[in-house]
Amino acid sequence: MSTEVKDRETRELAKRHIEAERPRLEFGSAWEYAPAPESKDHVRLEKKQGLFIAGEFVAPKSKKSFETINPATEEVLAEVAEAGLEDVDAAVRAAEEGYRKYWSKLKPAERGKYVYRIARMIQEKSRELAILESLNGGKPIKESRDVDLPLALAHFFYHAGWADKLEYAFPRHRVSSIGVCGQIIPWNFPLLMAAWKIAPALACGNTVVLKPAETTPLTALALAKICQEADLPPGVVNIIPGAGETGAHLVNHPRVKKIAFTGSTEVGKLIQRATAGTGKRLTLELGGKAANIVFEDAPLDQAVEGIINGIYFNQGHVCCAGSRLLVQESVAETVLAKLKDRIATLRLGDPLDKNTDVGAINSRMQLEKIRELVACGVEEGAEIHQSSCALPERGFWFPPTFFSGVAQSHRIAREEIFGPVLAVMTFRTPEEAVEKANNIPYGLSAGVWTDKGSKIFKITAQMKAGVVWANTFNKFDPSSPFGGYKESGFGREGGVHGLRAYVELS
Amino acid sequence: MSTVPVLPFDPASVPHVDQVGIEERAASLGKRSIKKEAKKTGIRLAISMIDLTTLEGKDSEGKVRQLCQKAMRPLPGDPTVPHVAAVCVYPNLVPVAREALAGSGVKVASVATGFPAGLVPLPVKIEDARRAVAMGADEIDMVIDRGAFLAGDYGKVSSEILAVKDASGDAHLKVILETGELETYDNVRKASHLAMAAGADFIKTSTGKVAPAATPGVVLVMLEAIRDFYLDTGRRIGMKPAGGIKTSKQALHLLVLVKETLGDAWLTPDLFRIGASTLTNDLLMQLAKESSGRYQNEDYFTKD
Amino acid sequence: MNSSLQIRKTYKLYVGGEFVRTESGRYDPVESPKKEFLANVSRGSRKDLREAVRKARAAQPGWAGKSAYLKGQILYRMAEMLESRADSLAKILGEATGQSPAAAKAEVRASTDRLVHYAGWSDKFGAILGTVNPVASSYFGFSVPEPTGVVGIVAPESPDLLGLVSHLAPVIVSGNAAVALLSEKFPLASLEFAEVLATSDLPGGVANLISGRKEELVPHLARHMDVHAIADAGCDAALSRMIGEDAAVNVKRVKRYAFADYFAGDAQGLDFIEAFTEIKTTWHPIGV
Repeated sequence: MSTEVKDRETRELAKRHIEAERPRLEFGSAWEYAPAPESKDHVRLEKKQGLFIAGEFVAPKSKKSFETINPATEEVLAEVAEAGLEDVDAAVRAAEEGYRKYWSKLKPAERGKYVYRIARMIQEKSRELAILESLNGGKPIKESRDVDLPLALAHFFYHAGWADKLEYAFPRHRVSSIGVCGQIIPWNFPLLMAAWKIAPALACGNTVVLKPAETTPLTALALAKICQEADLPPGVVNIIPGAGETGAHLVNHPRVKKIAFTGSTEVGKLIQRATAGTGKRLTLELGGKAANIVFEDAPLDQAVEGIINGIYFNQGHVCCAGSRLLVQESVAETVLAKLKDRIATLRLGDPLDKNTDVGAINSRMQLEKIRELVACGVEEGAEIHQSSCALPERGFWFPPTFFSGVAQSHRIAREEIFGPVLAVMTFRTPEEAVEKANNIPYGLSAGVWTDKGSKIFKITAQMKAGVVWANTFNKFDPSSPFGGYKESGFGREGGVHGLRAYVELS
Repeated sequence: MSTVPVLPFDPASVPHVDQVGIEERAASLGKRSIKKEAKKTGIRLAISMIDLTTLEGKDSEGKVRQLCQKAMRPLPGDPTVPHVAAVCVYPNLVPVAREALAGSGVKVASVATGFPAGLVPLPVKIEDARRAVAMGADEIDMVIDRGAFLAGDYGKVSSEILAVKDASGDAHLKVILETGELETYDNVRKASHLAMAAGADFIKTSTGKVAPAATPGVVLVMLEAIRDFYLDTGRRIGMKPAGGIKTSKQALHLLVLVKETLGDAWLTPDLFRIGASTLTNDLLMQLAKESSGRYQNEDYFTKD
Repeated sequence: MNSSLQIRKTYKLYVGGEFVRTESGRYDPVESPKKEFLANVSRGSRKDLREAVRKARAAQPGWAGKSAYLKGQILYRMAEMLESRADSLAKILGEATGQSPAAAKAEVRASTDRLVHYAGWSDKFGAILGTVNPVASSYFGFSVPEPTGVVGIVAPESPDLLGLVSHLAPVIVSGNAAVALLSEKFPLASLEFAEVLATSDLPGGVANLISGRKEELVPHLARHMDVHAIADAGCDAALSRMIGEDAAVNVKRVKRYAFADYFAGDAQGLDFIEAFTEIKTTWHPIGV
């Protein structure tokens, strides 16, 4: 046996011996929580769903449909129509007519009242929509109920109020709407992303054609139903499920005046290229690899919560996830120990169980990507730590994971994994932290943890990221602009700044 | 005689607490859904952790005797319902409680050291604790000098705890921080570390005379202090929230906080107590509801 | 003998979230333009006013502390409640003022829309009025609008409902508490509007409505040391001048309004909110 291997073995043995003498917390089975499933028998789910065009649910001219599943169980939930080229064209025409005949003729305050109606109805149907979101996407009911739904309806509420106040957002300008907007959204926050796109567009007087992600069409279609029940004039909102091809048709449609895309940087670049020179307005909200910086003078226990929330919330399927932890070397050991203990209490399992913290990975494809990058991390020499939680047999699952001993040049430190995997690096000084944090093509978000006020203002000012959280993480509000620097995209959603993308100024 | 070594206390090394962060975490643990068997087990566990308390000027022998009956048999006729952990009274009532509880397994806890304000000379505090133990108290709940603490005189606070621990002999010592008067989470964390370093067996939130008392945020801060103290020293210190705990929902939330912060080892009356008076009946009503499926009526549960 | 006798409504003051009679025991009859008796309304006293200010003071901090989102939700709820009572309010408006049913309905409609308008301001005015200040030294400086406190409103004599709503909504949406002296000639629709306030989840004390004689009550409002601002939309010249002078006793902010047409677009907007906010500027160093 080589001396190298023997040395390593000895070191491991010593480590284990030392650890055995140290006090350890035991998070075992004393007082286990019983299953607490959210009741889903009040949820209305149509087994076959069409496209929502001109205020009606219609069969696709493409004659194609696809199955959408529950990623936690792999069972089929419904058969959903797939929009082909002709369907996309029909939707755009419906949006044009909706704009010309109804929406552009309404007084702004009246438009606002429609959006208020939608907000109210989402509020009333909150529970049902949350369950549907968890069923179709895999996220824990605790999150869809307490985060996705409240934020989605707040987004409609907030933007309803802008409809008749746009002149205040753009003083000294004449403000008018754009027309038909094409919107493409991802699968990580299906309903919330639909809200982020539709609410401001409508408030500013536009009509929309929206394509939900191919694995998560159901809540967008439920939103379509709400639009119908709210008596929204036909064509103002059109929802056309489909995959990449449908999205491409929408992007390339000559009479769509503006494209809004949230998704991977890779596809974002394709769209940017495709729309170049067409005169179409474009906003992109793409990927990220956010640095969560923890200084030695941070309130450490809350910082650990922030780290956990930053990467394991929504299984890490978050563009602004804090997927890199930059921890000051002097407190690295303490923080890593706390992280280890903390992931032991994360509960992974049935998304519809109210006590589940970590749900299912959205698709087999995404699971494969995560596995590949994690294997790469191990191969490149980073030290892997994983929760020892049991994984259900069926469905797509990945345990909360973090790597320590990561360097800037590791793939897991540079590429977006979009899963519950954290890469941990150390730094010695604030300057080093800032340099490492910014040394990446992305720039969506960042976290800064310190008890010192001046340091917060200094470091956040130096972050090349569109959203910086100080002593917190993953906080969203409709009044707060969200969007990236660099390859994380351009344009902002939410707040006064988010209106800009949806108006013409003169 | 105290056999536990006293540790140095360095106020500068106590971690700071972010208010918003700690409250969010405490609240999110309150969203755990405890149902069916887990709820019944939790309720029974909570009952076994109660320090059934009466601390009123008008307490009498009769009152305490009847309270002790309730302590030993919270639900007459149901042997699955355990007795509570202890009865907590003022020193004069200790002999009554001791006699009434003899052989039952329920401990006698006495407040001492000029409870609740604690603003009497140290010799009086020491004598107060010594006599309570002599009269039969198994446990002493002492108060710290909050004025001294807030003025930064940590040495005084520590030495008082040491002295009372000494005077308490074999009785175990709970140190009440009176978190409502400390006000900030930073202070609560600091006081927790100070008390543990000075030899407390338990740290306790409140006297029950000042609100706010055992809020989820405060409890979580103290549990985190206990956790870090344990990981540093290997010593397990107990925790007792008291004041304002009236419902099963609150009690179960407390148990969740303990379970997910400290783990299995602390889910026992040896390391976790709940100071309460009316909580017992709500726990019993919830237990009955879980078993029978019917919502309950107060009249069916004794008010001793 | 088939029809059943109508139960007449008693119009009380709305103070601290409760419907109370004036402590003075006095009342004034209200008649329609055709001299038909409509109802007796309380002639509010200075003690009623004093009590209202006390309740407003107590309620204001809690109200200001609620999120902008929640305040917006509550104002929107007011609009919902008003909408559902549109017929009842149009009826009393029409009877009391002699307006045609169509005109009365239009006034209720405009009032509802105005509530919706201000509901939408709650989470936006801060973004427009607030600033980050590019100071010349290494400091992060920011300014935010905060509510002034307790605001006295003298409602216009006419229009009864729309006039009150036009001044009440912008005052409370930013977190102020209001004590409103109602139209003397046409108080009924405003008093009925109190029922909308009471069913909208608005915390008691945030809005207080007092009917009575303006000449008697305005001086007490103007001199009250615990009222921080006055929206004067319904005084004659003499009373207005008195407000202007007496307000100096505690440096009240006074804003005078004289609108010909409350239905017009300039009778609503950011200015109405801004008038009753204070700007708070904070500095913090930038450095490691």
